[in-house]
Amino acid sequence: MNEVYLVDNLLAKNIGQEPIRKGFGRGLLKAGGLDENVVAVCADLTDSTQMNLFRDAYPGRFIEAGVAEQNLVTVGSGLAAMGKIPFVSSYAAFSPGRNWEQIRTTICLNQQPVKIIGSHAGVSVGPDGATHQMLEDITLMRVLPNMIVLAPGDSLEAEKATLALASDKEHPAYMRLAREATPIISTPKTPFTIGKAYIYTEGRDITVVSTGTMTYQALVAAEKLYKEGIDLEVVHCPTIKPLDTVTILRSVKKTGLVITAEEGQINGGLGGAVAELLGEEMPVPLKRIGMRDHFGESGQPEELLEHFGLTAKKIMIVAHQLTTDYKKDKN
Amino acid sequence: MTKYTIEALELKANEIRVDIIRMLEEAGSGHSAGPLGLADIFTALYFDILKHNPAKPNWDQRDILLLSNGHCVPVRYAAMAHAGYFERKELMTLRKFGSRLQGHPERIRLPGLETTSGPLGCGLSQAAGMALALRMNKEQFRWVYVVMSDGEQDEGNIWEAAMLASKYKLNNIIAITDRNNIQIDGPTEVVMPLDDLRAKWEAFGWHVIEIDGNNIEAIIDACAMGRAIVEKPIMIIAHTVPGKGVDFMEYDFHWHGAPPNHEEAIKALHELRTLQGRIRSEHE
Repeated sequence: MNEVYLVDNLLAKNIGQEPIRKGFGRGLLKAGGLDENVVAVCADLTDSTQMNLFRDAYPGRFIEAGVAEQNLVTVGSGLAAMGKIPFVSSYAAFSPGRNWEQIRTTICLNQQPVKIIGSHAGVSVGPDGATHQMLEDITLMRVLPNMIVLAPGDSLEAEKATLALASDKEHPAYMRLAREATPIISTPKTPFTIGKAYIYTEGRDITVVSTGTMTYQALVAAEKLYKEGIDLEVVHCPTIKPLDTVTILRSVKKTGLVITAEEGQINGGLGGAVAELLGEEMPVPLKRIGMRDHFGESGQPEELLEHFGLTAKKIMIVAHQLTTDYKKDKN
Repeated sequence: MTKYTIEALELKANEIRVDIIRMLEEAGSGHSAGPLGLADIFTALYFDILKHNPAKPNWDQRDILLLSNGHCVPVRYAAMAHAGYFERKELMTLRKFGSRLQGHPERIRLPGLETTSGPLGCGLSQAAGMALALRMNKEQFRWVYVVMSDGEQDEGNIWEAAMLASKYKLNNIIAITDRNNIQIDGPTEVVMPLDDLRAKWEAFGWHVIEIDGNNIEAIIDACAMGRAIVEKPIMIIAHTVPGKGVDFMEYDFHWHGAPPNHEEAIKALHELRTLQGRIRSEHE
């Protein structure tokens, strides 16, 4: 069993919260201190993406590209070609939303270790509405050869992930960040390695594979369902590509039922990735929670998450349904 | 590095044109007009302008040469082979399975290429990133040359890069536009008018030099002038003849994306070989 350390008051109303992007900002600042080849480029969203900490500390290594996302990533490709480790940031809706081909050709095919940071992903962006709620980023980035895709579960993990990306001088990567304050579920001791999934709670009935902001929801669902007689195993999957197939399959072999949970399109997203894996390796009943081929809309984050079923409650409903449909045969 | 006379460089350009025709005929697909038109520019770059070492493609003091319009790569491959990056016989593998000479250039496959290109409009942005890195590293005596087409300036990405290079005063970028006035669908001024191209680049804050892009001496002089410019990135608008050196290809946009068949190749090679005398006589 891998050792994970999580906060011990997951259900507490006063659980610590912080936007995931804040962890990125701190991580980038630290990475800048550790390696002078770390540089940053931003497309007119420096404070929002939390690159301001790096900009203020290392102004000579910060480039303001203006509202020009195609240029943003392609300049990144050029910087990487000269040995820099460029972090390039914007809102996920614009990067990688607008500049996919430049990422494909000049970064992935060209094998340059550019780190693309997409902030404000998911419907929890809220009032800005569907245009700014990026839901297809995981899908878009997952299909690119050589690309690493990360979606940290909280700000502490985002900080660790940023440092891990900065020390990877070979691979291009995409990391999605959320705008709103997200419960801090991990601790400084919680492990993070690119390519690893972590069993955050052990269980025997259903495997929940979750990523990003949905891992907290999965953990809450697990605690509540335990009292109702359903034992969830939560596999937190901060790396969507390369997918930790060993950890996921080992868990699914035990439980035989799977739920995936993500704040984005299930088509081609984490849900898609897990469906592909299980379809080929271990076909079992699977339910995918996430956006089902539609866009978001304006509203408060909580009401949107509720409306689109991106909640612990939804995970609980689906878990009950799976149990009713399949577990009774086993008993 | 050996210093070549202009006359020797003109002969070299003609040899490169001969190889371009032979490569394209052998490949059976590819672009003819652009590479022929660019032969003088690439000869000037590889045999006079660039600081480079074919035996050490990753030499850390080299100048960087980007080809933004990757479809013209046959001219680069031919120039590289003549410069000694690899043997000329490998040119005949162009576009074939397993070849290092992909239809559009891939950095990972062939040492000496600085980027992977083909999808248009990206080279100037990459040049800007490289120029910024050189600036951060305080490397004052290395230049980033980027050859780009005129047609690709339809891409918005180009103008995003133009603004950034100008904002950061990247005078270590020397861009060369192959102004041959053709693109796939027809003349550039019909497909999507670019003129007044000089005024556009000047308005974006660039130092513009306009030359005859088939005049090797003019190309060398313009780059030397460009390296002396401070405070601004440099755009050399090089007016070239598409299909240069082969009469039936010159100025005809139908040759933008087509290779010669066997009979056409024989005719083209004959023209190139007899042209040698003409080139020499123009400069005597």
